[in-house]
Amino acid sequence: MNNAIDSILIFLVLTDLILLGSSRLKNAIRFVALQGLALGLLPMLAHSQGVVWHAVLLGAGSALLKGFVFPSLMNRALRETNANREIEPFVGYISSLLIGVGVLALSFWSGARLSLPWEAASLLLVPAGLFTVWTGLFLIVARRKAITQVLGYIAMENGIFTLGMVLVEAMPLLVELGVLLDIFVAVFVMGIIVFHINREFDHIDSDQLAALKEGPP
Amino acid sequence: MILALVFIPLLSALAAMLIRPDRPRRRLLVATAAIHSALTAACWVSPGTAAPGAWVGLDAAGRLFLGITSLLFLAAAIYASHSLGQGRAARGRQTEEDTGSVFVNAPEAVFTACLLVFLSTMTLVVSSQHLGLLWVAVEATTLATAPLIYFHRQPSSLEATWKYLLVCSVGIALALLGNFLVVVASAAPGGAHGTLLVPDLVARGARMQAPWLKAAFVFLLVGYGTKMGLAPMHTWLPDAHSEAPSPVSALLSGALLNCAFLGILRAHSICVAAGLGDFSGQLLAGFGILSMGLAAAFIANQPDYKRMLAYSSMEHMGLLALGAGIGGAAMFGAMLHAVNHSVVKAALFLLAGNFLAAYRTKSIARVGGAIRLLPASGWLWLAGLFAITGMPPFGTFASEFTMLREAFAQGRIALAIAALVALAIAFAGMSRAFLGMALGRVPEGVVAGRERASAVLPSFVLLAVSLGLGLWIPHGWASVLEQAARLSGGGAP
Repeated sequence: MNNAIDSILIFLVLTDLILLGSSRLKNAIRFVALQGLALGLLPMLAHSQGVVWHAVLLGAGSALLKGFVFPSLMNRALRETNANREIEPFVGYISSLLIGVGVLALSFWSGARLSLPWEAASLLLVPAGLFTVWTGLFLIVARRKAITQVLGYIAMENGIFTLGMVLVEAMPLLVELGVLLDIFVAVFVMGIIVFHINREFDHIDSDQLAALKEGPP
Repeated sequence: MILALVFIPLLSALAAMLIRPDRPRRRLLVATAAIHSALTAACWVSPGTAAPGAWVGLDAAGRLFLGITSLLFLAAAIYASHSLGQGRAARGRQTEEDTGSVFVNAPEAVFTACLLVFLSTMTLVVSSQHLGLLWVAVEATTLATAPLIYFHRQPSSLEATWKYLLVCSVGIALALLGNFLVVVASAAPGGAHGTLLVPDLVARGARMQAPWLKAAFVFLLVGYGTKMGLAPMHTWLPDAHSEAPSPVSALLSGALLNCAFLGILRAHSICVAAGLGDFSGQLLAGFGILSMGLAAAFIANQPDYKRMLAYSSMEHMGLLALGAGIGGAAMFGAMLHAVNHSVVKAALFLLAGNFLAAYRTKSIARVGGAIRLLPASGWLWLAGLFAITGMPPFGTFASEFTMLREAFAQGRIALAIAALVALAIAFAGMSRAFLGMALGRVPEGVVAGRERASAVLPSFVLLAVSLGLGLWIPHGWASVLEQAARLSGGGAP
């Protein structure tokens, strides 16, 4: 059991690093989708008392959403907007990777320092989750396209989902499903807005959305 | 009862999507708002007791904020049913003179439906007793309001919507992490019995694990603070509140910011029960004073009157956080101020909508002589100036006075003086702008028709409520405010 969980978490960390270094939007979408699929297995594995229908439902729902629905939404947005397939970063790929490695070390350090009141399913759970959250946040601030920011948001959500696995037993199913529904609608609405941004401005570079910026007081 | 309050607007939203003609749909909006208000009033008259372990229930704080939300929605619905009819003459095409862009509006059915979903989600926020459910509801309010902000299909609204959606979604995602940390803090050493039910968490008191609870509070404060518009997470607020159509701005400023504040208050009350009230209070006061200072700086030289109102909301949210952070009687003041600020700010945003319709500009410099052009709106605008800047006899004076007196009584002189300075700067900036708009001469070429009752009456009633609260707080109200303050870890004078 534990080996499977660890492999998934290592896969998560590796895909984060790929996301930081990849220059193709299509690739980035694919890897975020793979993350979502792999994470769908976690709730079933993380439960200590074998298979629980609550965990199976949660995992299947999340895998379906993040593995299939989101990528098809994003690919559609990409096609419709005819966006340049490059990611166009503010921070270069190499420096992004270097920052990523630094943050990874930091995540492991802080993960080791936080002593959970109980044994988590895997020692890697907290560091991998933290690292994914930071990667998502970094993608949101350091990439230019609106669509990459949506990807960053999904990656961040993946990280939070991983951290939530520490306490699978305490979160009621209804709330988890509510969270999933909210995220689904959020990404859906974001997709629509990306589409409108493209029609209104002929680009989806969010850094050029600066008409409302305030001067110094 | 609560279920009815949540589901009636949802069903109406569904119906609004299906109704083709505009008039019946507008009537449906107002009727739903009226039913919601009536049910809310019933909750006030006979407050039921929430079953232990229930996820939804209305305690005093929930009742207070539900009352504000429902009243404001009724006012905004009446106003919207009038303002939606205005665009007809121009066949949907409107020009914004500030940017010169020509735009059309989003379909009215979608707008009405989103407005009703917004009401339903806000009701769920104020009646949640479960932090997880609260999170789901708060995120849902963000999603319901994003299409409302993009009602005027023009580039600036789109920019505001994108910022709002992204900044708030990311912020609220951090609050989800905060929820996880609360579960960890509440669990026994073996890992069992973690919970997210607010009454249970408060009852556990000092048995919560302090370091985890502290971390949880920081995440919850940053997460819901983003939504509440506390500096430095406020960047989306002035854009969204100024670009949204006026009834939506009124609801965003008056009702939604309070909902986020309630989320923070729930976390604060858990901290106070666990003996960490000093820690969470200090943080709240710090964020509060920072927001007040920054907002005052932006108000001072603001050329756009809707943005000025938005920054003023940010300032008052800072004041609420400050009052909650000081605690004691200041918490009572903060509760009273939440009510006062909501009604006054909603009234002002609705009046700003009247000016925008008549002058077709948001620039303060290009609006003048409102008292002559739109007498009712002009005079109410002046009354609103006194109300929002905390002049007696309006209720804002009483609530600000209560908070600052408690700050002085606790010996936190520097904090109180800093707050006073920020209030004074905002007063100077706002009175200069408001007086210039109300008095002065009417710009050439601006003509306005007769003012309709549905455009002015909501603001009049809201301002009258604030005036009434300044003169006399009914006994039943005072006791609800007091209970709400005690629930949130404060006291009453």
